[in-house]
Amino acid sequence: MSGRNEARTEPRIAVYVCQCGGNIGDYVDTNQVVHAVKDLPGVVVARHAMFTCSDSNQQEMIDDVAREHLDGFVVACCSPKLHTFTFRGVAERAGVNPYRVAQVNIREQCSWTHTDDPTGATSKAMKLVTAGVERARLMKPLHPIEVPTTPRVAVVGGGVAGMRAAIALADVGLEVHLIEKEPELGGHVGKLGAMYPHGTVGTELVHRMLEEIDRRPGIEVHTGAVVSAKSGTFGNYRIAIESVGLRTEVTVGQIVVATGFDSYEPATGEFGYGSPRVVTLPEFRRLLDEAEGPIVRDGRPVRSIAYIYCVGSRCGDRTYCSRYCCSAAVHASLLAAERDPSVRQYHLYRDLRTYGRNEVMFGESRKRGSYYLRFADDDPPLVSIDGERIRLTVHDLLTAGAELALEPDLVVLVTGMVPRANDELIGALKLPVGRDGFLNEIHPKLRPVETVVDGVLIAGACQAPKSSAESVTSGLAAAAQAAAVLRRGVASLDPQVAIVDSGACDGCGECIGSCPFGAIEMTGTGGTVVATIAAAGCKGCGACTPTCPRNAIDLQGYTDAQVRATIAGLLAGRAT
Amino acid sequence: MPDAGPRVLVFSTNAISDPGIDLAGSLHMHYSPEVVVLSLPCTSAIRPDWIVFALEQGFDGVFIASDGDECAYLADCAKRSAQIVGRAQDLLAIRGIDDRRVKMAAICSVCAESFTRQIREFTAALETLGAA
Ligand SMILES: Cc1cc2nc3c(=O)[nH]c(=O)nc-3n(C[C@H](O)[C@H](O)[C@H](O)COP(=O)(O)OP(=O)(O)OC[C@H]3O[C@@H](n4cnc5c(N)ncnc54)[C@H](O)[C@@H]3O)c2cc1C
Repeated sequence: MSGRNEARTEPRIAVYVCQCGGNIGDYVDTNQVVHAVKDLPGVVVARHAMFTCSDSNQQEMIDDVAREHLDGFVVACCSPKLHTFTFRGVAERAGVNPYRVAQVNIREQCSWTHTDDPTGATSKAMKLVTAGVERARLMKPLHPIEVPTTPRVAVVGGGVAGMRAAIALADVGLEVHLIEKEPELGGHVGKLGAMYPHGTVGTELVHRMLEEIDRRPGIEVHTGAVVSAKSGTFGNYRIAIESVGLRTEVTVGQIVVATGFDSYEPATGEFGYGSPRVVTLPEFRRLLDEAEGPIVRDGRPVRSIAYIYCVGSRCGDRTYCSRYCCSAAVHASLLAAERDPSVRQYHLYRDLRTYGRNEVMFGESRKRGSYYLRFADDDPPLVSIDGERIRLTVHDLLTAGAELALEPDLVVLVTGMVPRANDELIGALKLPVGRDGFLNEIHPKLRPVETVVDGVLIAGACQAPKSSAESVTSGLAAAAQAAAVLRRGVASLDPQVAIVDSGACDGCGECIGSCPFGAIEMTGTGGTVVATIAAAGCKGCGACTPTCPRNAIDLQGYTDAQVRATIAGLLAGRAT
Repeated sequence: MPDAGPRVLVFSTNAISDPGIDLAGSLHMHYSPEVVVLSLPCTSAIRPDWIVFALEQGFDGVFIASDGDECAYLADCAKRSAQIVGRAQDLLAIRGIDDRRVKMAAICSVCAESFTRQIREFTAALETLGAA
């Protein structure tokens, strides 16, 4: 007998409970969960796995389908936002209808929430998985609805990440609207001189990218422009671009947000900031980039420089590391040494994170005479300014905590990246913002440029601190993701749409006004008129379902029977 | 009501409030393990009788984590969801069930703290109401 015999009344279901390494397994006793559900009606396989998403487990699922003639799966693991597509893909490869997979969230909404209560977490996981089984038993095979998509992308933010994404998108034949708030493209890199690790001059790099953009007629650049509104649905969004009072509307298939970062601005008095001889790293770079020969500040030659690292970083609310600043500061000291080989340079740091190849720069700077002094997290250097004199004291951990005093001509505050204030855009596109204030991807490794807002991708330093090369790489990743969707020309839409039981519908028409998409109409002949719902027009919100006085409308995947069975399952094990 | 506290059913939405509730978990914010979540595309799709069914089956409270103004489908989602809650409360009144057992609040996709706070407050309020 075929495992996909849809006439069979009781479907054959496999349950897989993930330990997610220790993320779930440390708090939820997955063995007990398996034990609690293995004898439920319909369950023919129940087991736990270290990682249900691993290749080896996916293969076991496929083997189980063949051996046990399965009709569906329940996978109890992380949030469905992460792996719905993974497990639907497994089902498809195994010959099971992908809409007969129920993913149950026992990580974000169970083990991680109840790290303080493993017993409670285990008993909750049992209920969640039982409810998943009850829902899966009632799942029907569904088939995606295909709709044409618009082969055009809006890239918001014209720094290196956005520019590179635009070029890549144009190269695969997609039209691009590149929308930049400032009068010119280029972002931070467009203002930089020589950059690490390759020595390329930032302004020249941007200039070359601008030439590439000019060569591609498919890219329309809007400068001094912002996106103020978005509507529409996946693959066909309508956005409003506003530029000097002018509003243009365009339809795009995907949106890439690459709006970058701001540099931390120290408070007046923070490590002497406010004195003309105390500057931030971006200010120091301008000092180096805008002149030649020995360094001069405030009309005086600079013969000695002290760098204070991690200013405004890894403290207070900003617990993250900005990643680029150690390398950028070491690199700036090499540029300073080139300008004046006799300049004395002192680097006062907490941890030096010149990762990867940038370690070579660190070695080079020491060869050129830079001194490195390490201070404790809770014992930062003190800067006092007395007229013309700057006095800096630090306890250097590398010399047994000895107090050292310096009198540099210039202090450089090595400031990190902070999220850009972008409330209007965040509101218009409903962008997800993380606790650190940067934009949030769904998963940093598995879905690094996608957001929870369908069709809106993020790239570059708006996501998290990134170097220029890292920003460009993520711009390319976003372009690849957008192209993968739009080059097909059609998007597969979720078939979980509303359907009418024409036998139960009495044609009252109550539901018609409930659908803002106009997907419901009354059809019929000879006196029997019933409501019908156009599958491609239905967005699957289900808002029509509670309006039917005869309960004749169901949202597929969330039918009345499924929701009631799920609710009952969630009460499993209730003490009577 | 079990020793572990009131049983609460949360209706969330796939795109907005469920990610907010996920975020609370990712940040290891704690609330009672007797709180369980059922996610739908939109809270305007809740049938009032599901709320009644949940309370009659053994939940002590139902919390509707709606999208507020952020709903991707419906501009008037908050109004519709509130009407559904109103209809459910009418049905509860007929059955003599306290309408304070149903609560609705807008929970956005990053509203981890707000969700945790509100669900704790709701659990505490249900505790004073006693078993359903
Ligand atoms: C002093 C300094 C030195 C650095 N040195 C180096 C180096 O040597 N090597 C290196 O690899 N990296 C270096 N970096 C880091 C580098 O600048 C970043 O990695 C890079 O700029 C990130 O690119 P991005 O496109 O993501 O963001 P950004 O450069 O910030 O560009 C974002 C763009 O989006 C625009 N924008 C913002 N909001 C909106 C909106 N709402 N609508 C439309 N447009 C908007 C902005 O105006 C901007 O043009 C340095 C940074 C600084 C501050």
